[in-house]
Amino acid sequence: MKLKKLRRISRRNALQLIAGFTGTAILPSISFAQSNQALNRINEITEGIGAIESDIYLDLPEIAENGNQVKVSFEMDSPMTESDHIKTVYILADGNPSPNVAKFSFTPVMGSCSATTKMRLSKTQNVYLLAENNNGQFLMTNAKVKVTIGGCGG
Amino acid sequence: MSSIKPRVKVPKEASIDEIVEIKTLIRHPMHSGRMKDADGQTIPRHIINSFSAKFNGKEIFQMNLEPSISTNPYISFQYKAKESGTFDLEWIDDNGEIYSISKNMVVS
Repeated sequence: MKLKKLRRISRRNALQLIAGFTGTAILPSISFAQSNQALNRINEITEGIGAIESDIYLDLPEIAENGNQVKVSFEMDSPMTESDHIKTVYILADGNPSPNVAKFSFTPVMGSCSATTKMRLSKTQNVYLLAENNNGQFLMTNAKVKVTIGGCGG
Repeated sequence: MSSIKPRVKVPKEASIDEIVEIKTLIRHPMHSGRMKDADGQTIPRHIINSFSAKFNGKEIFQMNLEPSISTNPYISFQYKAKESGTFDLEWIDDNGEIYSISKNMVVS
């Protein structure tokens, strides 16, 4: 009898609880998406489907002293076979004049999905990696880079 | 043909199924279209916008470059060696200028 009493929650309390949960969960994500051109671009590329946040090796410096030459490396964990491989990888930046940095097209014969290049970052910002596999699924990750001297010649 | 010679590092020899790394560097100003010269005039956009790699005539890797890529673009990627052959690497810029280089690799 005692247990039953404890579990009983009134309808009003339940509604308040739900409102509390959803309120805290949804609000920050909305304000984040509106101000972020990289996430908008990801939405465009994936045609609204969105990407699964996953554990991808994305190597970026934590602090870039010179925003003109920021090395970016990545390696996708993929068997790279005809039936299961990464097709495309995008690098996007949310604080540059344009979010697009580079688009890489891979083929299964490469045996590995890994590349390195150097990019410009105009200020401290998040860099995103978006990858599409041959089944049309999208994966993503991001990393923050602190930039001491910006590199877009603004 | 352009006088700019890209610098490329490809292993001369590799064993079968070895993953080799191809490193490339090319001299190019990569004007993003946002920089200004000494007189305050905007320098028009002039970048390398595409890079591609072929092995024995078959395209294996392609990359689209945007103005956010640094001056003198550096690109490296990996390839699983299966047979001896030639890498043909090609860069194309906004003026339609094509820069290319070929490198051989012996696989045993």
